[in-house]
Amino acid sequence: MSDPFNAIRVWLAGLLSSLGLPASLVTVVMAVLGVVVLCSLILVLDIFLVWVERKVVARFQDRLGPNRLGPFGLIQPLADIIKLLIKEDIFPAGGDKIIYNLAPIMALATVLLLWAVLPITSTIYGTNLSVGILYIVAIGAISTLGIIMAGWSSNNKYALLGAFRTVAQMVSYEVPMVIAMLIPVILARSMGLSDIVENQTVWYVFLSPVAAVIVLLTSIAELGRAPFDLTEAESEIVAGFHIEYSGMKFGLFYAGELLHALTIGAVVSTLFFGGWRGPGAETFPILGIFYFFLKAFFFYWVIMWIKYSLPRIRIDQMLNFNWKFLTPLALTVLIVTALLDKVLPRDNMLWYSLGMLLANLVIIWVTLLILHSRARVERKRVAEPSPFASPERSGEAHPTSQPPQSPSPSSPAS
Amino acid sequence: MTSQQFIFIILAAITLGSAVMVVTARNLVHAALWLIAALFGVACLFVALDAGFLAVAQVIIYIGAISILIIFAIMLTRGVGQGTSTQTNANWGWGALLAVVFFGGLVWLLSLWSGFTTQKPEIGRAFDPLRQLGQALVSPNAYVIPFEVASVLLLAALIGAIIVAWDRRLK
Repeated sequence: MSDPFNAIRVWLAGLLSSLGLPASLVTVVMAVLGVVVLCSLILVLDIFLVWVERKVVARFQDRLGPNRLGPFGLIQPLADIIKLLIKEDIFPAGGDKIIYNLAPIMALATVLLLWAVLPITSTIYGTNLSVGILYIVAIGAISTLGIIMAGWSSNNKYALLGAFRTVAQMVSYEVPMVIAMLIPVILARSMGLSDIVENQTVWYVFLSPVAAVIVLLTSIAELGRAPFDLTEAESEIVAGFHIEYSGMKFGLFYAGELLHALTIGAVVSTLFFGGWRGPGAETFPILGIFYFFLKAFFFYWVIMWIKYSLPRIRIDQMLNFNWKFLTPLALTVLIVTALLDKVLPRDNMLWYSLGMLLANLVIIWVTLLILHSRARVERKRVAEPSPFASPERSGEAHPTSQPPQSPSPSSPAS
Repeated sequence: MTSQQFIFIILAAITLGSAVMVVTARNLVHAALWLIAALFGVACLFVALDAGFLAVAQVIIYIGAISILIIFAIMLTRGVGQGTSTQTNANWGWGALLAVVFFGGLVWLLSLWSGFTTQKPEIGRAFDPLRQLGQALVSPNAYVIPFEVASVLLLAALIGAIIVAWDRRLK
């Protein structure tokens, strides 16, 4: 009774083979069924996410959010979907029809592909791929492609600019993300996500908090949400790569983004927060599903919290933050973790964890010191009057420095 | 025909069809996207051979890095992505000759190979090729010197890229 989903699976497989189907066909049928069930559940969850997103953003902005249709406005996303479906399907003139229609599908499908390796509980996972972390990185690469396709096929300069920005951001933020994801691999001695969760008797966030923060930040950047939403900066490039999309095709991009945010929460909780682990989850795997989604939704909430609290950063800040801060920090943490892993005794988990934690705290302290001195230099530079704005430097009286009541005869009109 | 052969034929047809489309597509962006399809087909062939690491590395390196670079280069070149460029240049004869010679050489090499009828060996669950690959890359008895030479080469390329992009006015 502790594991009803696998009980159903075993029962169904037994039923099929008692009907006289060959064993290999039963395996194929069960695999296809598993894929269909998992994808459908995730997509239904995605509809629900629209409601969650709207409710949470309303709370952050001191509003109520959807509250008319159904209890707590729960029917609202269905109404939204009907609206999206009956909207006119506009195709931009001079666009590339096949690629244009393929792009939103890729945007959502790449997110769904990530769920193939995420262990929802100890007994329910798509597959325990031996290269699970690399698989996540590879799927991220394919999702970049979907955005390029959308931007190019729309035949719109803003869309193309948005796609360029997205790719620049995704490709650069992949570097610290991959480096930071190597730290759970070092700690768990495996790249399989199920193995990483199995080995987390101590959550890895306590062993390497810096890596956890780097993975979360770079994932938000790869997702392209605020403060990294330069790809759809309304004041500069209108809506970025999905400017020409309307109706359900836009809906797929939107749903893909929401689901991607939840999936990132799930990945972060799997890598650093013990995934399905929790009290009683090992004896009752069904409890693991609860813990897994609890953690995933918590990080989804953190991502929303960041999105609705911070303004958008500039493109030079985005690149500087990645190349001058996150990448060196990730490399430092990786080197320190790899060295300490050889030095510290692995059989004594307490000393091992304490040593790792101490090293991370030292890294955080040194980073803060460096940032502090950098900030002082930067403040001094900004505080210095620039030659064009100050009257002493430019050598002549500035027109606005004079009192407005008495305009002097030598006003700059001459 | 076993299911493995069936899957192989489908994957090979997808890969080869996409490869043909790469060289026949009029629009260069389409050609780049077909190239991605062909590379993805090769990744699927690796999966069918139980070589998960190679498949994922293929997707990361060829689709995630090289193809995106190609698409960027095409999109940033004015007028190339409009489908108006010619498909051949003056050297097409030499190109065709080289392709035929190369294909003939490959066919001749494969005709000497006797492994067509061997079955794929069953790999147990305990076998971990990834760990063996990692150990071979840093073991002095195996590939540590090529590995280090490749790292030095990549480091030199990185430094070279920085030097090329260096803005000398900022000094």
